[in-house]
Amino acid sequence: MTHSSDIEPIPPDAPLAAKVHKRSLQERIDEFPWWMGGVFVIAVGAFYLVTTQASFGEALNFIRIGIGITITTTLYAYSIALVLGLIAGLGRISRNVVIRNLATLYIELVRGIPILVLIFYIALVAVPDSLGIFKTLGAWLDSIGLDFIGGPLASINNDAIPLNVRAIIALSVTYGAFLAEIFRAGIQSIGQGQMEAARSLGMSYAQAMRYVILPQAIRNVLPALGNDFVAMVKDSSLVSVLAVRDITQVARLYAGRTFRFREAYTILAILYLGMTLILSVLVRVLERRLHGNSRK
Amino acid sequence: MATAGNKAIIDIRNLHKYFGSVQALRGVNLTVERGKVVVIVGPSGSGKSTLLRCINHLEVETEGEVWVDGKRLNEKNKDINSIRAEIGMVFQLFNLFPHLTVLDNIILAQRVVRGRSKDEAAQVAREQLKRVGIPEKADSFPGQLSGGQQQRVAIARALAMNPKIMLFDEPTSALDPEMIKEVLDVMLALAKEGMTMVCVTHEMGFARAAADEVIFMDNGLIVEMGSPADVFNNPKEERTKLFLSQILAH
Repeated sequence: MTHSSDIEPIPPDAPLAAKVHKRSLQERIDEFPWWMGGVFVIAVGAFYLVTTQASFGEALNFIRIGIGITITTTLYAYSIALVLGLIAGLGRISRNVVIRNLATLYIELVRGIPILVLIFYIALVAVPDSLGIFKTLGAWLDSIGLDFIGGPLASINNDAIPLNVRAIIALSVTYGAFLAEIFRAGIQSIGQGQMEAARSLGMSYAQAMRYVILPQAIRNVLPALGNDFVAMVKDSSLVSVLAVRDITQVARLYAGRTFRFREAYTILAILYLGMTLILSVLVRVLERRLHGNSRK
Repeated sequence: MATAGNKAIIDIRNLHKYFGSVQALRGVNLTVERGKVVVIVGPSGSGKSTLLRCINHLEVETEGEVWVDGKRLNEKNKDINSIRAEIGMVFQLFNLFPHLTVLDNIILAQRVVRGRSKDEAAQVAREQLKRVGIPEKADSFPGQLSGGQQQRVAIARALAMNPKIMLFDEPTSALDPEMIKEVLDVMLALAKEGMTMVCVTHEMGFARAAADEVIFMDNGLIVEMGSPADVFNNPKEERTKLFLSQILAH
């Protein structure tokens, strides 16, 4: 039994661990992650359903075909979004008026439109229109004699970019804007003195960013980046509207074919839950490791 | 170019600096000769830090000219990075890079600015750490060092670039009293070796021991300049006398 009166005064320079006093039973009850018990019940229930009920097992076998597409779509889209986000985030704090405003415009446009609408628009309007422009450009280059570039460009068809690639483009563009704000906040969280010290040593702005500011900024925003990765796993379900065969689309197909809605959507929900919970735990471990690090 | 003769390494002409509508510098003229140690003193807000930061263009002059080693500093000047590489700067809050070890702090700019090999940069870094008296801290992170040690690392980092000029912006103001001496000792040794130094500091003992010239600034202008003995013992201006009586009173 530990009473709060047992706590000894701690010298100011004692290591942090010593300052965490032993928790009372009441505190332990208050702080215990009871919700994880609920998750555990769901996991056991799902396992029970899949192993004992043939229809659930069948649904799982069918739907899990889509896991690969869900994961690869998310990974590709997130990787591209990281690059777009870094560029747009740097653009937001650029001293160049044109670059700064272009970056801000991109971010505000994306944030002002629902993701579902953006996916429709990018995949079914923006991409075909861009292809059309390339085609016209190709025909023009062809006509002025540059047929070695013009020829291939002019022969581009509307199906040159398949829908699953368009889905990745749409998700990347959308999340690029979200990640841009994270990067910007991270960069601005680093004190001005770091940039001044780097510049005073003769580094260019780009060198100072790359070697001094960004390594610290990215460290600071890793948890936020992780959260957005988890969010993207869920939002990748939206690409099912483009008939991309991710788990949501496959579940819809299964439900439509068999009319087993309960089985299809229970399995679908549990698959997403499984992926996001595992990723959330990884993000938390990462966060804790960063906090526990002795470097300041 | 005319007045930037062989001996003057810093030449500041009619320097004005505004921050918005606030005027920090109101026409400063100053030449610093090669190998000289100049100490700038004055009340807070007198423009001494701004003047120092104009010398390596961390602040851009509103009006006037700054010449360093025969080159005029200019925002459009693509050489600004190579000019800065010749000017070491030590900050009040050290500004070490917290994500890098002490050694990597000193190596980084040598590599990316000077283009030195990793081995050469590391060797220079270790020599400089020895020079400031903490060779054993090479693999520590800045957060594990005391303020005095951090500031000595910052000095080593600047010296590793083999600068022609060293600027010190209140290098001991953020230090606990018992750590001030270890930093001043390093600065004193540097002055004896003939480094050109411009120091903003309140350490009058250092100024007396090391300075060739003491400059008293107030309200964006140089009020009085001369040898430490002249300025400290026989100040001519009333504002200098007032300032000295305030800081020497305790």
